Amino acid sequence: MKKSNTIQIETKTLNVTIHSNPVLKNIDVQIPAKQLTAIIGPSGCGKTTLLKSFNRLLEIQDDVKIHGEIIVDGINIMSSGLNVPDIRKKMGLISQKPYPLPLSIFENVAYGLRIHHDKNAKELAEAVQNCLQEVGLWSEVKDRLHDPASRLSVGQQQRLCLARAIAVQPEVILCDEPTSALDPIAAQQIEKLLLKLKKDFTVILVTHTLRQAKRVADYVIFLYFGKVIEQGPAAEFFNNPKNPETKAYLAGEIS
Amino acid sequence: MNRRNIEEKIFLGLMLASVFHRNGSLILIVTVIVLNGAPSLSLEILTQTSEGGFYLGAGGGFLNAIVGSLLLALPATALAFLIGIAIALYLQKDFINPRIANFIRICLDILWGVPSVVYGVFCLTIMIAIGMTGGSLLFGILALTLLEIPIITRSIDESIKMVPIGLKESAYSLGSTKFETALKVVRRQAMPGIIAGILLGFGRGIGDAASILLTVGDSNYFPTSLSDQTAALPTMILNLVSMPDQVVQNKAYAVAFVLLMIVLLISIITRYLTKKSSKHIIK
Amino acid sequence: MSPSMISSVLKNKFILIGILSLFLSFIFLFLFNNFLLFVLFLLVFIILLVYNFIKITRKLYDTLGTRLMFFVTASMIFLFFLLVAVLINGSLNILSEESLSNLLFSSTWKPFSGEFGLFAVIIDTLIVTAISMFIAVPISLLSAIYIAEYAPKKFRKIVRPFIDVLAGVPSVVFGLCALLVFVPLIRDDIAPFFGSSISSGFSLFTASLILSIMVFPIIISLCLESFNSVPIALKEASLSVGATKWETIKKVIFRAAGPGVLAAIFLGFGRAFGETIAVSMVIGNQELIPKSLFGPGQTLASLIASNYTEVSSIPILASALIFVALILFVVVLIFNLFGYLVLRRASKRWKY
Repeated sequence: MKKSNTIQIETKTLNVTIHSNPVLKNIDVQIPAKQLTAIIGPSGCGKTTLLKSFNRLLEIQDDVKIHGEIIVDGINIMSSGLNVPDIRKKMGLISQKPYPLPLSIFENVAYGLRIHHDKNAKELAEAVQNCLQEVGLWSEVKDRLHDPASRLSVGQQQRLCLARAIAVQPEVILCDEPTSALDPIAAQQIEKLLLKLKKDFTVILVTHTLRQAKRVADYVIFLYFGKVIEQGPAAEFFNNPKNPETKAYLAGEIS
Repeated sequence: MNRRNIEEKIFLGLMLASVFHRNGSLILIVTVIVLNGAPSLSLEILTQTSEGGFYLGAGGGFLNAIVGSLLLALPATALAFLIGIAIALYLQKDFINPRIANFIRICLDILWGVPSVVYGVFCLTIMIAIGMTGGSLLFGILALTLLEIPIITRSIDESIKMVPIGLKESAYSLGSTKFETALKVVRRQAMPGIIAGILLGFGRGIGDAASILLTVGDSNYFPTSLSDQTAALPTMILNLVSMPDQVVQNKAYAVAFVLLMIVLLISIITRYLTKKSSKHIIK
Repeated sequence: MSPSMISSVLKNKFILIGILSLFLSFIFLFLFNNFLLFVLFLLVFIILLVYNFIKITRKLYDTLGTRLMFFVTASMIFLFFLLVAVLINGSLNILSEESLSNLLFSSTWKPFSGEFGLFAVIIDTLIVTAISMFIAVPISLLSAIYIAEYAPKKFRKIVRPFIDVLAGVPSVVFGLCALLVFVPLIRDDIAPFFGSSISSGFSLFTASLILSIMVFPIIISLCLESFNSVPIALKEASLSVGATKWETIKKVIFRAAGPGVLAAIFLGFGRAFGETIAVSMVIGNQELIPKSLFGPGQTLASLIASNYTEVSSIPILASALIFVALILFVVVLIFNLFGYLVLRRASKRWKY
């Protein structure tokens, strides 16, 4: 396990209120770079909210108030005057249910590329092929690149979403329970992919299956009712939990 | 990047202009009618009928039109409701094949979109066939009923569709039959939508001119039987406007004012009722 | 029936209302000669009677109720086809007198001389509808995008009633406003601006203007519905790649909501095509193709409204007008059907 000392993302006293309900309370976390961090905790405790605050996607909902600092590579992304789309470009996001854009397979991956870079057709095709190869989809779709993306199976769609996310070369990949809608084989494929991708990207994975976290995580953050109970490197966390609530959760007493 | 932002800003400007234009249109219409109609309004004009020279600039009022419109729209709405609720309840999955139900819904939607003048012509055809000329209350009601049936039925249908299936299942598991559940449970849950639908139909019926233009003729008096001709608010407006005298024309605005107020009142009542009956709804 | 059953039945308030209804119905029939109210109250009585006695056998009640609903629904379907049949039947008269091509392609409409050419009117209808859609669609679309995506929550709440109220305003009122505002505007300001100094204000353009306002609510509410039904995760997917809000709208939301927008346009077209009263008040009622947009004309719908009074003196005119109504019905039917099919086909392709 690579022990990297750099911290990619850090939050300081992050508080999030949605519809006047406090969802995240005084969050202080540090996400290490180029490792796989798992955010775990029972359902409804704010894991997705935390994830979506990293790329400022939270703000598109109504009635959301965010206070505190989120520091990415030394810059507080919550300060005003920053170009939000550029911030978002640094982070890719895949959701629970794969949501391919209403375009062809090729266009899905090329979507981000077309917006940000002026690539000619040849460069575009190469880039799309690279991304699809990275996620292991290329061999399955190379003959039907211009079919609608909705025709793929759910597992393939999720891999497509990953390809789409890495096409714009982000630094961080945010994953919101990416395997919960998939059958076991497809889920396994995604997990293997994430392990491969963490060499080049920082991966943050929200999951509510403890076992998945144990399989893939390098660093763990435990969220319970909007508060960070414990965080640390995976080995320490699973073998030597310090907090009583952590111990209870790991033992399956609270879920 | 600048190019992207500029494009966005241009369109944002266009959007705001559109919204402003659209809201402005409504305000314009209401203002125009109110400003022109209010001066001509008086107690006299509201409580007298149009006999004795109303059309020629003398006194009198349009009470006969008000009564006429009510006698047209109320029975039509009642009939349309009875028919509509029967159909809407029947369209639920429990009673018939969903594909047939969808076919019926398509038919209803098409009927909703049919211009009201077609219903007027339909009734006119029947009137000619039985040798009636001039128009009558009965056929006016018929035309309005036909007009309102699709509106009311689809509104009720939509609110019934929103009843969660779990609710019906609970009722069935307690031993209730399909018809009973339909009547008691579904109806109560969908009540606000039903009321809104009825009001929508009524508003349409009282304001529509094309369907009754061809079927009710005109009269200076209150209709006393179904075969009488009758005045109605929309047709009265049309009559007044075609008179050469400017003073008489202005009375048209007073009538329009009353019509507009009725429609606005219906809107407000619908909103209020919807909010109030949602108290009982289980979400 | 046992005595206890009878007394419990009598105590039931429904029975009392029922008896009262029966009583009232006969009063209305014999004293006031009002057939309609007689039938109404009789119906009430019968329904209540049925409701109370049949309740004793629930299964029978259930079947009867179901049968009743089926009967009513079947009658409605029957009525739908009857409508078409009556219209076709009524048109047979004129179709036997004049050839179809003459009807549709001749421009002379002189009922008193026996000439029934609809071509001019058809062209006018198409022009008026096209212009009004041209004006209404972009404005409605832009408004809908703004309301769905950009507007703050409070703004959205205020705007909703505007749309609903506009949808409920009767067409006569629109016509009256157009008479008051648009006719002088066209006559005094706009037509001279475009070089036509002799416009009376009653013109194709005036009709298009008022039609565009009448058609807003339909297009906007349908567009809003489709925009709002785009799943938020789709927006998130686009934004997370670094697209701006506007780019997301352009490329993703439009695609996903596209069928809804198309359906809205079809439905709006149908409404504009068939609008009778407001148009007939400001279009000038002349069955010809004017030299400019600011000249008078006539649409298919307004033709019926202006000509129906002569029906008693020219019997075959009735048939001609019925034929026009048939055309209106068929065209609107096709457009609504199209709208439906578009919605269904698209929802199959992009399943969310």
